[in-house]
Amino acid sequence: MPRGIRDKVAILGMGCSKFGERWDAGPDDLMVEAYLEAMQDAGVEPTQLDAAWFSTHIDEIGSGKGGTPLSIALRLPNIAVTRVENFCASGSEAFRGAVYAVAAGAADIALAVGVEKLKDTGYGGLPVANPGTLNPQIMPNGSAPGNFAQLASAYRAKHGVSKDELKRAIAHVSVKSHANGAKNPKAHLRKPITAEQALNAPLIAEPLGLFDCCGVSDGAAAAIVTTPEIARSLGKRDLVTVKALQLSVSNGYESQYNGWDGSHFHTARIAAGKAYKEAGIERPREQISMMEVHDCFSITELVTMEDLFISPEGQGWRDVLDGFYDADGGVPCQIDGGLKCFGHPIGASGLRMLYEMYLQLQGRAGERQLANPVFGMTHNLGGAPASNVCSVAIIGQEGA
Amino acid sequence: MAGIAAWGAYAPRLRLSRKAVTEANAWVAPNLRAKGKGERSMANWDEDALTMAVEAARDALGPDDDRGHIESLYFASTTAPFVDRLNAGVISAALTLEKSIAASDVTGSQRCGLTALGQALAAGGRSLVTIGEHRKARAASTQELDFGDGAAAFVISDEPGAAELLGRGSVTDDFVDHFRGDGGGFDYYWEERWIRDEGIVKLVPPAIRKALETAGLSPGQVDHFCFPSTFSGMAATVAKAVGIRAEAVRDNLGAVMGEAGCAHGPIMLAHALEDAKENEVVLVAQFGQGAEALVFRATGQRRRPARGVTGSLADREPETNYLKFLTFNGLIEWDKGMRAEKDNKTALTTLYRNEDMILGLVGGRCRETGVVQFPRTRISVAPNSPAVDTQEPYRFAERRANVLSYSADYLTFSMAPPNHYGMIVFEGGGRIMMDITDVSPGDVETGLPVRMVFRVKEVDEKRGFVRYFWKAAPDRAAIAARNAQAAE
Repeated sequence: MPRGIRDKVAILGMGCSKFGERWDAGPDDLMVEAYLEAMQDAGVEPTQLDAAWFSTHIDEIGSGKGGTPLSIALRLPNIAVTRVENFCASGSEAFRGAVYAVAAGAADIALAVGVEKLKDTGYGGLPVANPGTLNPQIMPNGSAPGNFAQLASAYRAKHGVSKDELKRAIAHVSVKSHANGAKNPKAHLRKPITAEQALNAPLIAEPLGLFDCCGVSDGAAAAIVTTPEIARSLGKRDLVTVKALQLSVSNGYESQYNGWDGSHFHTARIAAGKAYKEAGIERPREQISMMEVHDCFSITELVTMEDLFISPEGQGWRDVLDGFYDADGGVPCQIDGGLKCFGHPIGASGLRMLYEMYLQLQGRAGERQLANPVFGMTHNLGGAPASNVCSVAIIGQEGA
Repeated sequence: MAGIAAWGAYAPRLRLSRKAVTEANAWVAPNLRAKGKGERSMANWDEDALTMAVEAARDALGPDDDRGHIESLYFASTTAPFVDRLNAGVISAALTLEKSIAASDVTGSQRCGLTALGQALAAGGRSLVTIGEHRKARAASTQELDFGDGAAAFVISDEPGAAELLGRGSVTDDFVDHFRGDGGGFDYYWEERWIRDEGIVKLVPPAIRKALETAGLSPGQVDHFCFPSTFSGMAATVAKAVGIRAEAVRDNLGAVMGEAGCAHGPIMLAHALEDAKENEVVLVAQFGQGAEALVFRATGQRRRPARGVTGSLADREPETNYLKFLTFNGLIEWDKGMRAEKDNKTALTTLYRNEDMILGLVGGRCRETGVVQFPRTRISVAPNSPAVDTQEPYRFAERRANVLSYSADYLTFSMAPPNHYGMIVFEGGGRIMMDITDVSPGDVETGLPVRMVFRVKEVDEKRGFVRYFWKAAPDRAAIAARNAQAAE
């Protein structure tokens, strides 16, 4: 059994660009925006950085392949830059690389930057990805909403929830995130919506309407990590440390073997179980102060509440409707607006989630600040329900 | 004597209302108003001559997916998707026939369906004859109303089987009633009166007489006369000319499905076999640069296909949207949106390396654990039992299945939005995330019984390549059975 990452690495600084339709900014501008904020927060010079991890998903229209786009944009001092890509969980992957390098002693201070420039395609929604040579010959001609929407049909069938009940529950998921996003100056979508608006919006992929889908945004986020000892030597107090970093990746069980019922994320349950163990958390519903989950679609967030063992299986939709995940609920979720309203620049999202947890743990979340958070959890998913990568990270007050 | 051991047929579910067509075109073609009666079969956007032939062949072969007994394969069509790629080769792969079979495409005339059938019967051995047709016609043309889409298939054997071949007659004469040049496009027709009086009336009877003569039968002994023509009363005129009884002239199905080109004689033959009693004589003929005629005696030992012509005609979905028909047939420049701009180039290496998987829907079955999976892989998917190199080929195409999860996707590009797809779970094991076709919003739900259908996956318009794969379609027989059970 590995000893785990708990309290071995501290976050020295973080930064996040304004998310949204950034017609004014290319990927370089977005990276610089997030990086400068993180460097100022950390109080270090570029020469103090030992290595960097760079995450971006769709290189064809964005920043390009390899480590050079980051190194050139930030004028890094010829240090190692590793480009990582793990679908929509790429940002968490950059963070993991930097944290592991510090924990291993290979780097004293490491940088993680995630970026995505999506709004250069000329159409709404995610860009059509290059699928390779075999997949387009056998896979359905689908989209992200169509893949995730399938959770709803299987969830209804498994738990005997009616179409109307589930539609109302997922509408509330979005209403809650819009209310939160309205208070976040960096968020892409800042208008509150009503349940009626969510319920009556045009269908994107049955049963998901427009407001069940997250924003497609440009943006970047960055983290600088080091050891708690170095952080203290740099004058930092009340450290936020990494408690758990887990990643679970599908191996074909869901998509090729008749076991999975299609209503939940097999990987998320595995990653969450390991993360709680790594962080020493035994009663997540009571102990997790807040979370940012991968709400690419409202139904994803709803089933994730069960996959993270916060809501009992089959009861997530009731907790949602009861307001348990609202800003004033038991476990506030998407307090920054989530992917839904903060936005979803793919390669940056995992780091953006950590950014909000970090601000909250430091009491710097402004209008959104929650009372005395101890543990913040992020859940960052890539792929589709039947085949995905799922990252679960927990950060918190040092020693907690 | 050689004969037909089994037969099958297919007509697409969509039936386009002719009135919808004539009313839309009345401003430019008021003369066609009188033809605005009945309906024609209309291929879905993902169906072509080849996919329909596969469906008819599966109907003829039945649910047993061991098809090792077939020794040769014929595919007849004047609308085959490929000019230089053996279309029968695609059908063979879809049906998982043996690699050792002989296969040929037969084309070039409206009679080529019967020509293929005649050649197979003459050659001997166990063969499969498939005929499919999907003709295009210009908007506001007569052909647009007369044509239909469809397919038929016959299993031929050296024994008489369901119908014994008694005689064959051919006439070959370069009478050009219409033609379609190199490069596809549309038929170019000469005057109807000339085709009828100088062509059909003079060239078809000699072929019929020759067939009857070799069979040692008189025209009056014909019980079922199958002769497709879009000209009204044409079959009766030909029957009268050769002395076939008027009662023997069969309905050409023009009112309910239109005329499916070179597949239509074969479709009428299949329809007749569904009705013919023991010892009844069935004569089928079709016109085209001369004529082809075949005469059979029904043995009464018939194994009715699960669908056949009768079943195909009963399984119908009325369509009144003429614009949809034009769109499916590529007759409208419509705005597909930027999402349709993706390059559909097919890696032929990848296709061949995965031929049985892509074209035959063949997965794997672990010989140690019995676990079934798609695709077949070196390491088994079975949890906690990753056996290596234990997978044997396993055919999914004829397995019953149902929907586990699905969505109707309005975002992704589709020729028939919303695009339905979902996780399909097979009885006996295995699952595949796949497109669902022949459905409308509201049709699909978790648990819906589905069957596999071989369809066009994508068309590479830039290079002229058609990509095929299997899709799920509602298993309407299973759904009806389930509903009947629920009602009890």
